[in-house]
Amino acid sequence: MNFEAQDLLIFERSRSGREGFRIPAPDIPLKSAEEMVGPGFLRADEPALPEVSEVDVVRHYTGLSRKNYCVDTGFYPLGSCTMKYNPKINEAAASLEGFARLHPLQPQHTAQGILQLMYELTEMLCAVTGMDWGTLQPFAGAHGEFTGMKFFRAYFDKRGEKQRTKVLVPDSAHGTNPASAHIAGFEVVELPSDQDGLVSIEELKKHLDEKLAGIMLTNPNTLGLFEKEIAHVAELVHEAGGLLYYDGANLNAIMGKCRPGDMGFDVVHLNLHKTFSTPHGGGGPGSGAVMVNSTLEPFLPAPVLRKKDGTYILDNEIPDSMGRISGFYGNIAVLVRAYTYILTMGSDGLKRASELAVLNANYVKERLKKRYHLPYDQVCKHEFVFSADELKEKYDVSATDVAKGLLEFGLHAPTIYFPLIVHEALMIEPTETESKESLDRFITVMEKIADLAEKEPERLHGYPLSTPVRRVDQVTAAKQPVLRWRPE
Amino acid sequence: MFAYLPHTESEIREMLSGIGAASIDDLFADIPEDIRFKDRLGFEAGASELEVCRRLHSLSKANTEAVSFLGAGTYDHVIPAVVPAITGRTEFYTSYTPYQPEISQGVLQAIFEFQTMMCELTSLDVSNASLYDGHTAASEACALAINSTRKRDTILYSATIHPYTKQVMATYFSDLPVKLVEVPEKGGIVDLEAVKELLDDQVAALLVQTPNFYGFLEDYAGIADILHENKSLFIVSSNPLSLGVLKSQGEWGADIAIGDTQPFGLSMYFGGPSVGYIAAAEKLMRKMPGRIVGQTLDEDGKRAFVLTLQAREQHIKRERATSNICSNQALAALATTVYLSTLGKEGLKEIALLNMQKAHYLSERLLSELPVQLYAGQSFFNEFTIELPKPARQICERMEKDGFFGGVPLHTLHPQYSERLLMIAVTEKRSRDELDRYVECMKGALK
Repeated sequence: MNFEAQDLLIFERSRSGREGFRIPAPDIPLKSAEEMVGPGFLRADEPALPEVSEVDVVRHYTGLSRKNYCVDTGFYPLGSCTMKYNPKINEAAASLEGFARLHPLQPQHTAQGILQLMYELTEMLCAVTGMDWGTLQPFAGAHGEFTGMKFFRAYFDKRGEKQRTKVLVPDSAHGTNPASAHIAGFEVVELPSDQDGLVSIEELKKHLDEKLAGIMLTNPNTLGLFEKEIAHVAELVHEAGGLLYYDGANLNAIMGKCRPGDMGFDVVHLNLHKTFSTPHGGGGPGSGAVMVNSTLEPFLPAPVLRKKDGTYILDNEIPDSMGRISGFYGNIAVLVRAYTYILTMGSDGLKRASELAVLNANYVKERLKKRYHLPYDQVCKHEFVFSADELKEKYDVSATDVAKGLLEFGLHAPTIYFPLIVHEALMIEPTETESKESLDRFITVMEKIADLAEKEPERLHGYPLSTPVRRVDQVTAAKQPVLRWRPE
Repeated sequence: MFAYLPHTESEIREMLSGIGAASIDDLFADIPEDIRFKDRLGFEAGASELEVCRRLHSLSKANTEAVSFLGAGTYDHVIPAVVPAITGRTEFYTSYTPYQPEISQGVLQAIFEFQTMMCELTSLDVSNASLYDGHTAASEACALAINSTRKRDTILYSATIHPYTKQVMATYFSDLPVKLVEVPEKGGIVDLEAVKELLDDQVAALLVQTPNFYGFLEDYAGIADILHENKSLFIVSSNPLSLGVLKSQGEWGADIAIGDTQPFGLSMYFGGPSVGYIAAAEKLMRKMPGRIVGQTLDEDGKRAFVLTLQAREQHIKRERATSNICSNQALAALATTVYLSTLGKEGLKEIALLNMQKAHYLSERLLSELPVQLYAGQSFFNEFTIELPKPARQICERMEKDGFFGGVPLHTLHPQYSERLLMIAVTEKRSRDELDRYVECMKGALK
């Protein structure tokens, strides 16, 4: 195949003998590998890593970066992803050498600064969620969910209730919820939503038995609707001996307005890479910190962060701990960013952020609902879900076509085909950091796409045209997978 | 005033009137009165950039620096300046997961390159886009083995893997119908005779680590055949830097290779973010956990990259999923990709060799001049365990006063280890002067 220079793989730029980095000069007597460990341990198969100069590397990855959409170049209306602006001060803080060079096993008295930061961050996250203590170790939201399920298990085992193996998950839930409960050893029961898209109390009541471990909920839910009956749900679940798990993916709607702890939740996971502005990095690293009430605190994963006589310690002596969930203490550089964000915004700023996130979502919803079908037409929180079902039926324009149209006009797409309970779903979350003119531009483009759907749907089927690549062949990618480059 | 909140008062009024609401509070009317939070969140109000920076600086300075010989999974290596220059590009770090391939080719291609590099290093066929860390990667690898072998419920793991890996696996599998069985060590390395005795038709896989937790090299000659004959899989965890010189997992006959790429361009950062890597034989491709990028063509026939084989993943499988990983360590995997590109084929060999040479220089001086012994006397890469005549922790405390983090006293990681064992890691960053001073310092501490 022939490619333009900007389309080459780093391996295809390789020239035998080219080097990109000068290794520190050896200042000790040198021995060969064979002398040190004998021939039996040495590798024969030489890895085909590229041979390129530093200039090649910089041009290559800079070139790649220019084929990538990002928050700093534009708006991401991605539902349940909270793609808010990633403040630059966060990056400055995370790059401080005094944090970056810390080894996880250096003596704790030499790491008091980072431990203090982690301790204070835990306190602040407790304040936002109304919980009592927590762990910052989970590496991502799904890892936090798994940790949350392990709290359920540890709690019931301690009480001698091993038979509690059933976890209820609404049909509108994030896909990770049932997956996390399953890999933690629970049996997942899907709970159908009622006609308003909320938890059906009637359905819930069918499962309140001695097998119930609890329920996993997002509030506001993935339709962006607040579960008004939450206190009642909590009462019923608790009365039946179960626990409540809060998926924090949608916390950006309610900071300073209401708290999961006050709603009756026992465990809460947070996505610091959503609500607390840390960047998504093209898919990670994130942080899925988990907060719990005092009932579940004894089961925290080891080590637990404590303060004793003015000293911060990582306590490994946790008799009822669920065990260890990660090698060390989590994605610390992400924690530094989230801490910086919370200091910058403060208690007043976080509340204002949620208010404006909700204002933005309702503004876009109301402006566009004449053009796009809104299955659940009521006040929303930070996000809402349109359906492209009418466009699909009348003009054969699917949610994918709407999404690809947005790409053509220089914007990112919403989350599509989720939640599963809405056909041809377009899930839109503007976040608070978008200005009115940014939202107005999105609205204009969405209207234009609705016009095109009516008048020239075939044009939408062909979009995007002006992106670095056009629609890709996903079927062949999955049927005849090419998952790596191979040397010729 | 909040720098990231662009709304003016008049815009807010205009937007509210467009919605038909009288106030922002109206938009929260669906939250029942009795669960509304009416207080102020219990921390300070927002602060200026100057104030926040001062606070962060002061916290960063409240940590102490020393010449480090700490390892046990996290190492102090050189990071080429081009690594943070690329990962600091806003197009990479502020982008979302590449679910829209048309505008995410940068991240997708970089992941494809990462996958290729992991396959090349491990001599295996397929890699995913990354896992969280080396410890959780071990759990994912064992789950993969359990799910790809028929009706087998046992994982054998070596006593010589990292104790934290064992603990993470114990948590991961404690509520699943999976048995974890430890294979004893013999002379600081896994006892392969014991493996043969423990092998039965319930064993899905054997998990080993080389260089192992003590830093010692394990010889797996012949073991893959024995496992495969028993229809069990072979999982080998390795510090990927060692693969610059030492036998790769694929060369040992492994079906699954795992580890942590922290030595490749990532700051130690108190343990995270790092990157768990996993590579496997082709037959396991459709059971691999996590995101995978594949090559395909776009409508114009142009090469393009896309997230693929998604039928494996949690958002499709939901309650039938065997892994729940969604977000991974993408940006850290990019750092590793840039690092390996920059070091290149020769550079990686050279730097791996230099690590080994420096570690051997130090060990030779220590063993010949001090009353210490190499624990079990095995071969090693850039990390080794010695037995001291006194508790290791006490020696480290003394050395710390002279500006050294002298190593990891193994007893502090797990009480199963003798108090006298000290694990010392030596990287290319340690100069001869530092190594020589280390010897003198330990001499003093042992008196």
